[in-house]
Amino acid sequence: MAQALLKATDIQKSFAGVQALKNVSLEIMPGEIHCLAGENGCGKSTLIKIISGVYQRDGGTLEFDGKTMDKFTPIDAITNGIQVIYQDFSVFPNLTVMENLAFNTELAAKRRIVSKKRMRQIAEEAVAKINFQVDLDALVGTLSVAEKQMVAISRALMFNAKLIIMDEPTTALTKKEVQALFDIILKLKEQGIAILFVSHKLDEVFEISERFTIFRSGELVVTGSTKDLDDKKFTFYMTGREFNDKTFVAENLTEQPILETRNLTLDGHFQDISLKLYGGEILGITGLLDSGRTELALSLFGIRPANGGTILRNGQEVSIKTPQDAMKQKIGLVPEDRLSEGLFLPQSIADNIIIAEIEQLKTPMGIFDRKKRQEEVDHWVKEMALATPDANNASSTLSGGNQQRIVLAKWLACHPEVLILSGPTVGVDIGSKHDIHAILQQLARKTGMGIIIISDDLPEVLENCSRVLILKDGRIVHEASTQEIDEKTIVSYMM
Amino acid sequence: MQKSIKKIFGRTEFYVFALLVVLSVLIQFRSGGQFYTANNLVDIASALIVPGIFAVGTFMVIVSGGFDVSFPALASLSVYATTKFMLNIEYSGGILLPLLMVMAIGALLGAFNGFFVGYLNLNAMIVTLGASSVFKGIMQGALNSKQLAVIPEGMRSFGTSALFTATNSQSGLTSRMPMAFLVFVAVVILAWFLLNRTYFGRGIYALGGNPASAKAAGFNVKRTKFIMFILVGMISAVAGFIRVCMMQQCHPTNMLGMEMNIIAGVVLGGAAITGGAGTLLGCILGTLLIVMVENSMILLGVPTTWKSVFVGALIIIGTGVSAMQVLRANRSTSRARTMTKEGAK
Amino acid sequence: MTEVKKHYRSNPHLYRLLAITVLWMLFMAVTRFDKFYTFKNFQTIAAQFPEFGLMSLGVMLCMMTGGIDLSCVGVANLTSILCALLMTKLAGESGVLSPATFPIIVVVVLAIGALCGTFSGLLVAKVRIPPILATLGVNELLTGICMVLTGGAALSAFPKEMTTMLAANIGGVLPVRLLVFVAMAVLVWFMLCKTTYGTKLLLLGTSEKVARYSGMKTERMLIRTYMTSGICSALGGLMMLSTYASARADYGSQYTLQTILIVVLGGVSPNGGKGKISGVILAIILLKLLESGINRFQNISSYYISLIWGGVLILAMVMDYVTGDKRSRA
Repeated sequence: MAQALLKATDIQKSFAGVQALKNVSLEIMPGEIHCLAGENGCGKSTLIKIISGVYQRDGGTLEFDGKTMDKFTPIDAITNGIQVIYQDFSVFPNLTVMENLAFNTELAAKRRIVSKKRMRQIAEEAVAKINFQVDLDALVGTLSVAEKQMVAISRALMFNAKLIIMDEPTTALTKKEVQALFDIILKLKEQGIAILFVSHKLDEVFEISERFTIFRSGELVVTGSTKDLDDKKFTFYMTGREFNDKTFVAENLTEQPILETRNLTLDGHFQDISLKLYGGEILGITGLLDSGRTELALSLFGIRPANGGTILRNGQEVSIKTPQDAMKQKIGLVPEDRLSEGLFLPQSIADNIIIAEIEQLKTPMGIFDRKKRQEEVDHWVKEMALATPDANNASSTLSGGNQQRIVLAKWLACHPEVLILSGPTVGVDIGSKHDIHAILQQLARKTGMGIIIISDDLPEVLENCSRVLILKDGRIVHEASTQEIDEKTIVSYMM
Repeated sequence: MQKSIKKIFGRTEFYVFALLVVLSVLIQFRSGGQFYTANNLVDIASALIVPGIFAVGTFMVIVSGGFDVSFPALASLSVYATTKFMLNIEYSGGILLPLLMVMAIGALLGAFNGFFVGYLNLNAMIVTLGASSVFKGIMQGALNSKQLAVIPEGMRSFGTSALFTATNSQSGLTSRMPMAFLVFVAVVILAWFLLNRTYFGRGIYALGGNPASAKAAGFNVKRTKFIMFILVGMISAVAGFIRVCMMQQCHPTNMLGMEMNIIAGVVLGGAAITGGAGTLLGCILGTLLIVMVENSMILLGVPTTWKSVFVGALIIIGTGVSAMQVLRANRSTSRARTMTKEGAK
Repeated sequence: MTEVKKHYRSNPHLYRLLAITVLWMLFMAVTRFDKFYTFKNFQTIAAQFPEFGLMSLGVMLCMMTGGIDLSCVGVANLTSILCALLMTKLAGESGVLSPATFPIIVVVVLAIGALCGTFSGLLVAKVRIPPILATLGVNELLTGICMVLTGGAALSAFPKEMTTMLAANIGGVLPVRLLVFVAMAVLVWFMLCKTTYGTKLLLLGTSEKVARYSGMKTERMLIRTYMTSGICSALGGLMMLSTYASARADYGSQYTLQTILIVVLGGVSPNGGKGKISGVILAIILLKLLESGINRFQNISSYYISLIWGGVLILAMVMDYVTGDKRSRA
């Protein structure tokens, strides 16, 4: 057996007495594509930070490329050939592609005076390695997410990288872009570069990686060849639980659609959208990132009001120009980006829960009813099983899954009749994902709420929705019952 | 070619420049040809020197994503201490020694700001607000500052020496172009070189764009901020020094309160208040716009009491127009772009 | 005991301010007891802080939204100048202002403040100019209008009946100006703590976008906040008119920075989303106590006051830095 490129053995790390890593080991071969998976808080980011020199380990040994690595800084890691591409890519939106690419090299060489000629040379070399076509003088802020990622990858390759760690690289990419990224990863493999691919998207793990390692609560659960892995096992390793998910079947549908749109249009984003949502059903809407699916949700909630067509609630035409209009119509929206749209991160869990229903928490005199507020908070913390000792803690102290439950609680507290969820489980760990699905299914079945799930996570759509609409270039290209359609067919309509 | 033309039209500098041209033509027309006369142009250039130098320093801080309201107090204290000291030792030499001294004091006071903002990572606006108060207290309390009607000979002669004298051929009025204009030009050139041609300067832009990435890329973020505040201290001290030389007297408090109009000029010139974006050219044009409005009231036949009304309206309309542009751009661009913009907040 | 501990832990900033105040009071007791601890002195303090105290309340509200209000001095001066002109008009030929006109003047004051504040609010909420620039521009504009109205001179020839009334002490004890401040402070406290406005304001200050996605009327909230700030400043202007018995375009220019200093010292985060009115009120009083205390030392120049204010501000921030760091390490 060949010599491992990276050999981490019995790594330990504690923060303020809490063990984040308990004797975990990880081995990566040269030129291997290895997937590291695990739920939020399982310790995978801690391990990455130890490998890249951001944290010092408390115990265990670390060997890289035959050398023992002790007490090293991020710069040492880079010079040894370890590169990390974080989710935010660490780019400068206000500077040119050229500068973004050349800074690290130039600073590492301790240069003081700028030479555009030299920078351009460095940048050209960098993009040539992965055949990345880009205007070097463009500002990075004007590039697409995928292009920014390419900039980050090109930059990482300039330091004779032997191992590139990618932290959930596909989160904000379209299907096409993911394919392009995979092509590049395979090309890097040919050049003998090992990739540590952090992801919890099952299909990606299967498609790209040869071997995998799964962590749970700071411990190594399993490591092995991807070939021996399947859907059920993967979920079990990740969560330690078995799920028997049932495909959602709508019961007790209302006779009349509770929400209907006729030729709804928002110029430049979507046209002539006519859909019907019945009480008690879960309707899926899917499409590529630029299909207009996000804007459709925003229009139904009044954030970006549609400029053509009509919206009907229970058969009555209504005008939705602001979120307040939507709320008056008992429509709620769990937005796509939890961190920048859904949650006041530094504020308390309690305030996050009650903020949408706050006008209902007043005494007849208009005084803020603290007692009623506390009752609501207690009720929803219990109902959503939020894992917190104190609802006055900041929301940022919770995991992604718990945070998403806060957002859900915020809307459920307003008793909506129509609930729209845009990417309800993005960045949510598998356990919470199943729980959130169960909550949604129960809501539809028990309360007769009409739910719309907008998502490009096709298994999620197929499992939880009774009908699915496929959007392409702002138009509905297909509508089907989820019983009669499979992933492949959906993708063919999407592309 | 077409691309570069489009680039020019898309820039704030172009609009500020266009506004300057329109305004000057308007004044020229209203004043019966008095704007484009040799002496008036020299007067405006002369009036630009001090605010211009201040603006360069302020521009650097704003690009780094910070905010500085302490520079008038910093300049006042540095120049007052220097002038007083030179008078006490009955200094009769040239300009160089006082200039070095004022820059040294400016650097020291700048380091005070830089320590708290850079190394302790405290909010720049609040630190400089406190520093401003401290500097003023040292000047008025510890140094017991009073107006100095006489300044050392070397400073006086520098302040009155002229590069050339411009004469208005119609009225016969003359205006001297002060030697200090060269200092302004030198500061601008040095700052340009620093910001665009050194990694220290690119670091300031990088810092304003994304502080976390700047650190990851290998910039020493804390030291960059610290040194930048020292430089800004030196630049501001020089501006205060030139003002005293040109006015031939040292008035401890009459620079205080200038900060907001300088900041307004810098922002009008296209520097993003959130940091990371803007050019030195825009900064100078924006400052020139404010200076021109302040100085051309008489030519327009408007009483000088209206000055603040015009400057206030200029700030509101100027920043309002660019804010509306951003708003419209955000509405029409793709979702990904607006997301990153909002996410940055 | 645990209750106190809990209260301390959730308001460390407030307790630190309180500690500084107590230390200062002790220091004054030791050094200048008979000059500082007089009824007259405390009465003067109580009569003087309302003018900038009122403005600080407004700046506090704006800063909680993540904004700032630099226009308070402009609003105050415009109010006092317009009031002086109005008083002259209302008094007419006789030159005597009848008490019946006082309510009219108060209504006008409130209206001026509301109008100016709403203008700033519109610029911030609708035009989306960064608050620091919008209110800076408005301040410059209002100061300009003051200059145009007065030609830069002080207005002191106006009937003084109302200003004398405001400068008086009720029963020779309680300054009327203090009452005005207390009334406004109670109103603001009520808004912040007893209505939903306070919670919404702090959440809005955390993220305007999330607030909008949560169905909050963000634009209306912002405009309302700047309007309230304008009203606070206008009342401050009325207090200034009664203190100086004259009005001028450039009175109180030091208050722009001083109000911000107070608000930050009071524990309001300049980034928005955090702050308590109790801290700000304590900071207002502390600042005045410091100033008044220093003035009891004849051999110390009163100019040292600004040195001390600045020093206290930076000290407070450094203390937050040191303790905040520890908390995040634990």
